[in-house]
Amino acid sequence: MAEKTKIKELEKVVVRFSGDSGDGMQLAGNIFSNLSASIGNEISTFPDYPAEIRAPQGTLSGVSGFQVHIGKGVYTPGDKADVLVAMNPAALKTNVKFCKPNAVIITDEDSFTKSDLEKAAFTTDNPFEELNITGMQIVPVPITTMVKASLSDSGLDNKAVVRCKNMFALGLVCWLFNRPIEHAAHLLKNKFAKKPAIYEANLKVMNDGYNYGHNIHATVSAYRIETMPTQKGFYTDINGNKATALGLIAASEKSGLPLFLGSYPITPATDILHELAARKELGVKVVQAEDEIAGVCTAIGASFAGHLAATSTSGPGLALKSEAIGLAVMAELPLVVIDVQRGGPSTGLPTKTEQTDLLQALYGRNGECPAVVVAASTPTNCFDMAFSAAKIALEHMTPVILLTDGFIANGSSAWRIPELETYPEIKPNYVTEDMKEGWRPYKRNAETSVRYWALPGMDGFMHRLGGLEKDNVTSAISTDPVNHQKMVDLRQAKVDYISNCIPELKVLGDEDADLLVVGWGGTYGHLYSAVEEMNRNGKKVAMAHFNYINPLPKNTEEILRKYKKVVVCELNKGQFASFLRSKMHGLDVLQYNKVQAQPFMVNELVDHFTKLMEEK
Amino acid sequence: MSNIEYTAKDFKSDQYVRWCPGCGDHAVVNTLQKAMAEVGVAPHETVVISGIGCSSRLPYYMNTYGFHTIHGRASAIATGVKVANPALTVWQVTGDGDCLAIGGNHFIHAVRRNIDLNIMLLNNKIYGLTKGQYSPTSDKGAVTKSSPYGTVEEPFIPAELVFGARGNFFARAIDVDLATTKDIMVAAAKHKGASVVEILQNCVIFNDNIHKYVTDKEVRADRTIVLKQGEKMIFGKNRDKGLVLDGMQLKVVTIGENGVTLDDILTHDATTPDMFMHMRLALMDGHSLPLALGVIRSVEAPTYDQEVAEQIESVKARKKERTLREYLLSGDIWEVK
Ligand SMILES: Cc1ncc(C[n+]2csc(CCOP(=O)(O)OP(=O)(O)O)c2C)c(N)n1
Ligand code: SF4
Ligand SMILES: [Mg+2]
Repeated sequence: MAEKTKIKELEKVVVRFSGDSGDGMQLAGNIFSNLSASIGNEISTFPDYPAEIRAPQGTLSGVSGFQVHIGKGVYTPGDKADVLVAMNPAALKTNVKFCKPNAVIITDEDSFTKSDLEKAAFTTDNPFEELNITGMQIVPVPITTMVKASLSDSGLDNKAVVRCKNMFALGLVCWLFNRPIEHAAHLLKNKFAKKPAIYEANLKVMNDGYNYGHNIHATVSAYRIETMPTQKGFYTDINGNKATALGLIAASEKSGLPLFLGSYPITPATDILHELAARKELGVKVVQAEDEIAGVCTAIGASFAGHLAATSTSGPGLALKSEAIGLAVMAELPLVVIDVQRGGPSTGLPTKTEQTDLLQALYGRNGECPAVVVAASTPTNCFDMAFSAAKIALEHMTPVILLTDGFIANGSSAWRIPELETYPEIKPNYVTEDMKEGWRPYKRNAETSVRYWALPGMDGFMHRLGGLEKDNVTSAISTDPVNHQKMVDLRQAKVDYISNCIPELKVLGDEDADLLVVGWGGTYGHLYSAVEEMNRNGKKVAMAHFNYINPLPKNTEEILRKYKKVVVCELNKGQFASFLRSKMHGLDVLQYNKVQAQPFMVNELVDHFTKLMEEK
Repeated sequence: MSNIEYTAKDFKSDQYVRWCPGCGDHAVVNTLQKAMAEVGVAPHETVVISGIGCSSRLPYYMNTYGFHTIHGRASAIATGVKVANPALTVWQVTGDGDCLAIGGNHFIHAVRRNIDLNIMLLNNKIYGLTKGQYSPTSDKGAVTKSSPYGTVEEPFIPAELVFGARGNFFARAIDVDLATTKDIMVAAAKHKGASVVEILQNCVIFNDNIHKYVTDKEVRADRTIVLKQGEKMIFGKNRDKGLVLDGMQLKVVTIGENGVTLDDILTHDATTPDMFMHMRLALMDGHSLPLALGVIRSVEAPTYDQEVAEQIESVKARKKERTLREYLLSGDIWEVK
């Protein structure tokens, strides 16, 4: 029978699992993506949680989704799905807009009863017609019935049985994409390590789903997805928030300084707090503070006491931390501030993504108050940028603000577990014994302008820091005008010097392109996909993406002035573009901006860039 | 603690002291240096953290590690210092505005967590540094620059906040009584956990004599009572007045009158976890009942910094991963060969 199956060869494919919050779609999607990664596909995933914590079952607001993009050259979770799993009518209704015109839609036909349709606010008994679905291939499967039959002898109660539906869907999708189901069994085993009966039931149902696929092969086409030869090593699936947390731990290991996090819960940054609070075996100290101000202040205290100190938050929390970040600038203490950006202003769109905090990070403080600002571009890059932020903070005695966003924070991809030996050393600018005589806290290295760090507990280096301006020689409080100017300049020079210690800006794609696409932070995947697609179609487009924003890489101006047309793309109203213009006199850049609290779509970028190139 | 004998001078910095002549803060800094010498923790293992205000200038005058931070946040910053390095002795110096207005939230949470800080709250019932606005401890009706017709709000009584936050150590002192203040500071330092010492401090410029009704030499003995652990609650010029409990209320009696003997007088126990008596004592205001000075409450309880450290040790004992890589390899992974 199997020979008759039509097999489509594809470079990459997007699968979207959707159902009620209680249907376990996140788990099914997660296992599917891990499985795909383990056989050599690149993966990128994105969960789409409902805004409500516990919406009524079966309703539109209760739909939970999980999108997986697998294959070769995968940099985003994909614009639209090739395959949609819709476990109920609400899921179908909210997710059909994320499907390609010729997508395959697998439904649980048992949950398309009249009352299910009503809960999803359908007015007729034909949801497909009502949604105007044409050209898509609908595969209705009696999932609930088959799961119940399969587990009739399992001894599990009805609720537990029905919970296994997601595994039937997973098994079916695994068949569709020719995934080795054994590895899925292994993942399931880990997940249900303490509940062997549940594990058995899930495994059985998953196999049933797989076998069911075999039997209906004639009605749908199966896929073969290209794999990539990958570097040897151990891999795991990681999202941006976890990668951020682990990057800090890596920096702690490399610097030999214990890690301290002071934080207050806020979406979408809270998972950083969760991850670090759980890492006590690695000695991480976490204070869940009474508010964001205390979060950053406990971190500043820990930094003063000699820890690698960080605070994690989102935009509203960054606003609360402003004054304290100014203190860290003034006291010249190392501090990592992580802002996982979300839709703003005010409470805004907490679960959605945006890049609207850039100017807040750069300028949102009183006084001339330069802080280092860096940004992570992908879920796994969060690890490297958190590491880099910590390294800069510790070696240059400055607060560093790391900008990530809801999209990369929750999105995940496969990540090769790194060997820390390959990461650079972190060497804080400590005082040395011979400095004791006449030591002052604001004495600094003449080249880097970095002050020397003495930790409480060190004999002979007692000193007082504070937010009041200090004399550049004696370190005593000073209101001397000339001294103030000097200190302002020194603090700026210290931050500017860091441009010598960061990587240069790289141009990706066509070197002598007609259009340079510029981006920063979490838009990397979409921009890169668009540029790559255009290059493949012979379009002369290049791309420069920024991880380091303040200071900018040294070759920034040279690169930006080299191209006839430069378009700065951001999920805000043009904050980076205006920053660049302010740094480079007369710089002529175009802007492409979107503020819908959603990532870019590759298609819209390609369309826009193509249009730009046609314009004379 | 080291074996070296310290003197107050060891804790004095070379900075010129800038408070107004006659300000109560001078006495506090001198007393604190003496107390630190007596406690015997080395200057380099001592940290003084403050917020902003006249009183918060104090760290500059100490030859210890010090951090003059931002308005209201000293408790939070001190918490970070102590959690990071519990071996340090951490003092917080704060004013009534710094601690109870802008910093009220951090203060009650530091007290609730019972983090091992010695919090010196210099209460002059006014904002000194900003030149004379009323504070959260100003008496109702106080006429100040920002309340030219008198305030219309009730003040905080710091002790009530401390007890409301389930604090384990509260003491009260007056700037003019150096000896008692020093003893109280030493007791606060020795107590493990958040120790709050309210020091009634005179601002000669903007709120002169605000505490005079209790601190004045003439009346002090009759309007205050210095509480000492295990001792009878007696006071008065002639040491013949004492406190007894009358129903749920405290009452002043005279020993030798109406058949009252020393045996009838209450004995102070700061160490009992029950807050009833501590609250009653702390609420005495120097009018019908004497204002209580000394250590009113001092109860042993686990400290936050200690428990953070212990939890880490106990998890380490249970889990074997010690590096990031070991941790990652223990999770959901796959190998590419
Ligand atoms: C964020 C912020 N708000 C306001 C101020 C102004 N300010 C400085 S000290 C102070 C009040 C000080 O009163 P208190 O804490 O009682 O200290 P005192 O001067 O009386 O010792 C105020 C309002 C400030 N420095 N920072
Ligand atoms: S203004 Fe008041 S509190 Fe401030 S230094 Fe002068 S006397 Fe002291
Ligand atoms: Mg005051």
